[in-house]
Amino acid sequence: MTFINYASKEINCKIVYYGPGLGGKTSNLQYIYEKTSADSKGKMISLATEADRTLFFDFLPLDLGTVRGFTTRFHLYTVPGQVFYDASRKLILKGVDGVVFVADSQVERMDANIESIRNLQENLEEHGFDLKQIPYALQFNKRDLANIVPSDQMYRTLNFKREPTFEAVATQGLGVFDTLRAVAKLILKDLSRG
Amino acid sequence: MVTDLVIYKEEYDRLEDVLRRLRADSNARAIFLIDKNGQQIAASGELDQFDTTSLASLTAGNVAATDGLAKLIGEREFSVLFHEGKQDHIHISIVGKRAILLVIFDDRSSLGLVRLRVKRASGDMESIFDRMTSKASEALEDVSASRSSPFSEITDEDIDALFSE
Repeated sequence: MTFINYASKEINCKIVYYGPGLGGKTSNLQYIYEKTSADSKGKMISLATEADRTLFFDFLPLDLGTVRGFTTRFHLYTVPGQVFYDASRKLILKGVDGVVFVADSQVERMDANIESIRNLQENLEEHGFDLKQIPYALQFNKRDLANIVPSDQMYRTLNFKREPTFEAVATQGLGVFDTLRAVAKLILKDLSRG
Repeated sequence: MVTDLVIYKEEYDRLEDVLRRLRADSNARAIFLIDKNGQQIAASGELDQFDTTSLASLTAGNVAATDGLAKLIGEREFSVLFHEGKQDHIHISIVGKRAILLVIFDDRSSLGLVRLRVKRASGDMESIFDRMTSKASEALEDVSASRSSPFSEITDEDIDALFSE
């Protein structure tokens, strides 16, 4: 749900990074945080466990500049990927404008990817959203590891509406901004269609 | 699909008026009106003392989690939350179903006073929200009739420019 403030000329959009546990959602946000200039970003908040696993969400506000005279702000959130945090995941999807699905490329995580996309679909439906309609980008993360599924095979398994798809190594920043740019583009295009 | 939240200058100014009055009446340090999704709508008071964006996001997360708890025990919602600190305290309440009012106050005020003043201000804000909602749906009809939304002309170049650095 985009928030348009005509008084202060601002557009605020919410992007949620979704995906299985330990897939690299937080790493995506951390990289964006590190590489964004200080005046374009707010504080990054991580509500994590002592073992650094996301407990509730990570949050990063980004100020990207102006479009048609409106300051464009993106609020980036991650969800906790672990299966038993489903109630928290549902809450974070509230009012979402676009979703990035961060898939783990490792062979042994393919089932978790599939399960997580199914879970995303169900949780979106509870908020009245349709994954087929909502701005959505797919990321194959951890391409630097040895035991990974070939990209084309992942595409066939996980891509379902020709959504923009990127290979990534989030810890090194590879593919991180491409993914963000793609989903932001889809959100603003949605907005321009009214 | 959930509709976008659109706010125009007239309603924004009126909301800020209500917040300013509430701040003075309740002796609060700062007051924030936040959309349930974590976007700040308006604010008043010692704003430079706080990271307002983080406050908005965490407050919305807090309310969302508490809403989840309420449903688990069969309540519709917990409409008021109160966090007591050593010096500063936070009073959170739901206004007009879609917004959250956050009042930060210290010992120059009291929970009783804040509650009382929040109650009155909430009524004022709800009527402004109603006006916002009807105005937004009128605008939506105008847009579909005339295609005059300022965003209808956003081009790929505009979007690429945002990421040019």
